[in-house]
Formats: sequence, structure tokens, C-alpha cells
Amino acid sequence: MLDVLRERFKQKKRTSAYPKKPVQLSERFRGRPQIDLNLCKSTECVECEKVCPTGAITCKDQKPSIDLGKCLFCLECSKACPTQAISFTNDYRLATSRRSDLVLSAPDHYELKKAQALKKEMLRLYGRSLKLRQISAAGCNACEADTNVLGTLFFDLSRFGIQIVASPRHADGILVTGPVSKNMEVALRKTYEAVPGPRIVIATGACAISGGIFSGHEETCGGLDAMIPVDLYIPGCPPHPMTILDGLLRLLSQKTN
Amino acid sequence: MIYKTKISQIPLLPLGALKNELVKKEKRLSALFFHPADRHLYVVCSDDEKGELSLVKTPIETYRYESLTPAYPAAHLFEREILETHQIVPENHPWPKPVRYLKDLIGDTNFYRIEGLESHEVAVGPVHAGVIEPGHFRFQCHGETVYHLEISLGYQHRGIEKKLIGGPSLRTLPYMETLAGDTSIGHAWAFCKNIESLSNVVVGERENLLRAIMLELERLANHTGDMGALAGDVGFLPTLSYCGRLRGDYLNMSAFICGSRFGRGMLKPGGVSFDLSLDQIKELELKLDNVFKDTKGAINVLWHSNMVLNRFEGTGVITQKEARDLGFVGMVARSTGLNLDVRKNFDHGDLYNDLSIAVCDSGDVFARATLRWLEMKNSYTFIKSALNKLKKAPPLNPIKPGPLESDSLAVSLVEGWRGEICHVNITNSVGMFSTYKVIDPSFHNWTALALSLRNQEISDFPLCNKSFNLSYCGHDL
Repeated sequence: MLDVLRERFKQKKRTSAYPKKPVQLSERFRGRPQIDLNLCKSTECVECEKVCPTGAITCKDQKPSIDLGKCLFCLECSKACPTQAISFTNDYRLATSRRSDLVLSAPDHYELKKAQALKKEMLRLYGRSLKLRQISAAGCNACEADTNVLGTLFFDLSRFGIQIVASPRHADGILVTGPVSKNMEVALRKTYEAVPGPRIVIATGACAISGGIFSGHEETCGGLDAMIPVDLYIPGCPPHPMTILDGLLRLLSQKTN
Repeated sequence: MIYKTKISQIPLLPLGALKNELVKKEKRLSALFFHPADRHLYVVCSDDEKGELSLVKTPIETYRYESLTPAYPAAHLFEREILETHQIVPENHPWPKPVRYLKDLIGDTNFYRIEGLESHEVAVGPVHAGVIEPGHFRFQCHGETVYHLEISLGYQHRGIEKKLIGGPSLRTLPYMETLAGDTSIGHAWAFCKNIESLSNVVVGERENLLRAIMLELERLANHTGDMGALAGDVGFLPTLSYCGRLRGDYLNMSAFICGSRFGRGMLKPGGVSFDLSLDQIKELELKLDNVFKDTKGAINVLWHSNMVLNRFEGTGVITQKEARDLGFVGMVARSTGLNLDVRKNFDHGDLYNDLSIAVCDSGDVFARATLRWLEMKNSYTFIKSALNKLKKAPPLNPIKPGPLESDSLAVSLVEGWRGEICHVNITNSVGMFSTYKVIDPSFHNWTALALSLRNQEISDFPLCNKSFNLSYCGHDL
């Protein structure tokens, strides 16, 4: 008993001060991509488009656009760009309310339109208490791990009134990871239907949003959008836990940083 | 470890002789698969004592052959996979049921069932009660006692192996990093080794050290998370909460090196994408020391709790004979006393000279927990010495691999945190992948979880499950 207490003392309080203070991410973290149109020579060059594994970056109309819903944040485009026009910033705040908001395109959409709060009635119901059922539908366990980590004492998700629960009957919505394999389609639909309405649907990670790296596979459904309406899109491969937390808090109109 | 040969030089063995060879020499099966282009069964066996791989192939002329499983049980899942993927029937296979439920190829099969008025059945999943990948578990019980557990997977099947054919392509590396997302480094390294050997590229010391550091960080992060989860499953909350945070600290160290908590984008064929400066090495050393000190404290309180030891000891036992017969790998094999670790048993130059390998022998949850902790200590010591070597190592020398050798086969082995990762790559006449076979350690080890539940209380299932912590998507691919 005494050594447990001693250890408790040694381990100290570790819950982050977020949202009062910002969270420090590693310098090399790859967040929101940025294209410098002054440097980009897209009239004569499509090098970035050629190397993108998911077709997230396209140079249509001679100006590149990046679809964060497909992007793996793998750096291939920025490595391939002969004029270093593409860079990845440290900005982790990437979640949006609409699928189309994830597409950063010229000339005026390079600014990301961050997620909006729920409608008034939904906010009244869930703003201070949201219970989510997590469904992994062919996720590779990276999105799952970085969702799970929100429950640990650093992030302490429950202090925001958000909890992951063990039954759809206890839930207000679902948080889905993975491209939705054909073998998970029925289970996903059944779980969704078992959640009492009104329900919230959150697509976490490139796979759940667009099929990600598995788009075009006949074994998957290519993401959640085609199956059920989605309220929050959280891009990344996998999204950083802070990206997920920031998205959830914006959805609930809570304070972020 | 890497093994390369021309397809034409692989010895041919008739099926009967192959079976005798496997049974008599008690060989450990690393891979068994069917290559449709030449209609042969390929068998990769590992000799862990000598550190050698051996390869043979057997022609399959019709759509049937005599199953190896009755004489050599380790082949059971491989043969089911061949049946499901290529519709080649292993005759007299004791249990030819689907592996991944590919479109109606085998049809529905029943679960094994214990009949009787007092017996009952418990079904769990595919959607689990936490944030976990999907799978279905069917328990046959009498009262609280489980007599049989059947594990039915396939929900995670994404068709990766099929899409790898014709590669390498832009998607190949991201596929490798998401085969099992918590083992991104392990699989990416096995892939890189494979490509490098077929394109005759030799990577430098600095590259190898950085790769090895990333692999051990991956092991530390996952083992720390598992230690916490094991504590949580017996209701010992201090270790659960500390380890949850500490796991994140190890992931953040991976992110410190390459920007991704899971090591995405760090490895590439021919080298690595990120380097560490002298200052960064010193900063990482400091971080590692601090986090490991906290980890030590968090885990030591666990061993002092009688309640924890009482739940761990004697629970979910796997015997050494079972591990040998069914070909279990990695930590599961080492927890039964088998000295089986790719890092030490196979040639890696002098990369792993400073690494010690831990082995336990009781085969229970206690052994698997203890082993995790011993491995964490070994990984910590290894990373420290590797970081030291990195200070003096020559600078990175990135090489872009050229075309792959045609009509060749390469096997690469990496000891991931769960165990042996095996990638077998067969190239066609123009040097593209004609079969790329991935064997995640979970493919070998799921049967161990099923066996460990026999005669256990059903309430011990979460604890047993966590003590293996196997990959669903690594199995389903």
C-alpha cells in the first residue's frame, strides 16, 4: 500500500492544462499542408500529383488542390515538388463539418473551414455530455490507438463530458475508424441503428472519410459517407489525438485552443 | 534476416517427402503458400538454432492434395488460407473452415458446439466493448468454465495481398505501414529489406541504427500499453493509469524522430527519411531516461501486489509442446521457454550484439507479463547503446533502389513486438511482384489464445486476451 502511495507521489499530476494552455507537439509533426502559390509552377509541373498514393493532390485548372480526407500526410508531395511549394505546418486543428470543407483548393479555399458546432437542439442535448460507441471497421489499429489514448490521464476525455461507452444502447453517437470492410458493413449498420436518435456520426481518419489507402478495393465500402450521414470529419493517417479532441470540442461548442 | 534465390534454384520435393521432412526434422514453419503462376506450394522453414532459412516447393497438379495438417499441425491455418484463396482442397484437413470469409468461397460453416442441457454458449463481437478491432469469439461453457473457444476473424479483410501483385507501386509502402498499424515499423522494415535485397542495395550503419531504434521504440510503446491494460484487467488501477500516459510518451519519441507517433514515413527502401543531429540524440536520451524511470516505478508496484500475482499466475497456460507443435512465435513462444527471436537467432551483422533476449518458462499470463517487462528493459538498454553508436556513425547515404531482380524470391524476417514478421516476395520476368506473401506473427498466434482459454473461467478471458494482444488486421490483411 505504501509503495503505491509513494509511486503516486512520484508520478505527479500529468493531466494537460489544455485548453487553457496549448499542447506542445513534436517539431516534425505533420499537420495542415500549405501550398505557396507564388512558388508553385503548376502550369508546367504535376510532380506532386504523380507521387500521391491516394490521389489527394490534384493539379486541375492549373492550381493544386489537396483533399485532406484522402491525404496520408506522407510527405511524398512535398519531397517531389521541385520548387518546395508544399509544406506541412504544425497545425493539428483539421476537423470539419462538411466533406467538401476538407478540400483545400485555389484560389480562396486554402483556408481550412474548421468544424462547426452542432445545431441548437442537439447542443442542448449533448453539449455537456456526449457518449460515443466506437466502431472499428477495418481500421489498422492506429486510429483506434490514438482514439483510445484520449481516455488516458494526459488528455482525460471525460473532463469534457465525453465518454466512450460499451453498448450502442448507452450511446448518443458512433465514432467510426477504418474504410468499412464489406465484412463489417452489416455489423456497422446494426450498431448505428441500435443507437437511439438523434445520433451523431463521426468519421475518424482518412480511411473512414474516403477509404484512404484502401479506396477502390472491392473488399471495402470506401468510407462512411456512402452509407450514413456524417456530422464530423477528422482527417489524418492516423489523426493526432489532439486533432480528434479539437474536433470533438468544436462539435460541442466547447472551448478549444 | 534476408534470404534470396532464383526461383529455378529452389529444390523441388514431392508432397510425401515434404511431409516427412517437416515432421522428422521438427522444422518451424514460417510460411506456406500457393503461387498460382507456377502452381507450386512454397514452404519456408526456419532453423532457429543454426540461424538458417530453407525453402522447398511442391507441384500441385490438380485442385486437391493430401493435407499436411494431420501429421504437422502448424500448417493448419496456412492450408485453410490456401483453400479459401485459391480453392485448392487440402484433403483430410481436420477443420477446413474459412479464414477471412472471402465472398462465399467456402460457404457458411458451423461453430464447434458442446451439446448438453447444462452447457451454454457465449458469443462476443464483432463490435467489442472498448476501442478495439473487430472479431468474433464463441465460448462453449459449462457454468463458469470454458471448454472451448473458437475465434472467427476476417472482419478486417481489406484485400491488401491481392493489391500488392504487380507492384511495387506508390501505394506499396503505405500498405506495409497499415498491414497492422501498431507494427508499422516492423512491417515497413521487412518490406524495405526485401526490396533492398532484390535490388542489391546495402544500407549503411546509420540507417540500420535508426531503423532498429524505431523498432525498439515501437516495442516499448506497445509493451507499456499492454502492461497497463493487463493491470486494468485485474483491477489494479495505478499501473493502468501511469502506463496509459507512458505509452504515449514512447509514441511521442517516435514522433520526435519522424513526426508520426506510429513511425509512418520513417522507413523507405534504400534508407530512412529522417536523421537525428547530435543535439537531438542527446535530447532523445534525456527523454528516454526520464520516461523509463517513470515506467520502472509504474510497473514495479504491480509486482508488489499479491492480488495481481494471484490473478496472473497459472492463468491461460500454453505449454512448450503446444507452442512447438502449432508453430507459435515471438513473445508467446518465449513465454514457454523456447529461445526464439529473429534479432538474435538470425544474422544481423553486429547490429544486435548488445541485445539480450529474455525467456520465461511457465507459459501463463504471469510469464507473458514478466517477459514484456524484461523485454522493455532490454529494449531500453539497446536504444541507449544504439544512440551512443549513432553519435559516431557515418552520415546517411540515401540510395534509390533500382529495378528488382526478375524471377527471384526473397524472404525477409523481422522480430516485431509480437514476434516474427515474415515477408516472401516472388518477382515475375520483369521484376514486379507476382506473389507478395505477408505473415504477421498474429497469424501463427491466434490459436494460442484459443488454447489458453481451455478450462479457464470465462471471466479470465479479457486478461488472457490482453496477455497476447494479437492483431486482427495483421491476420485478416
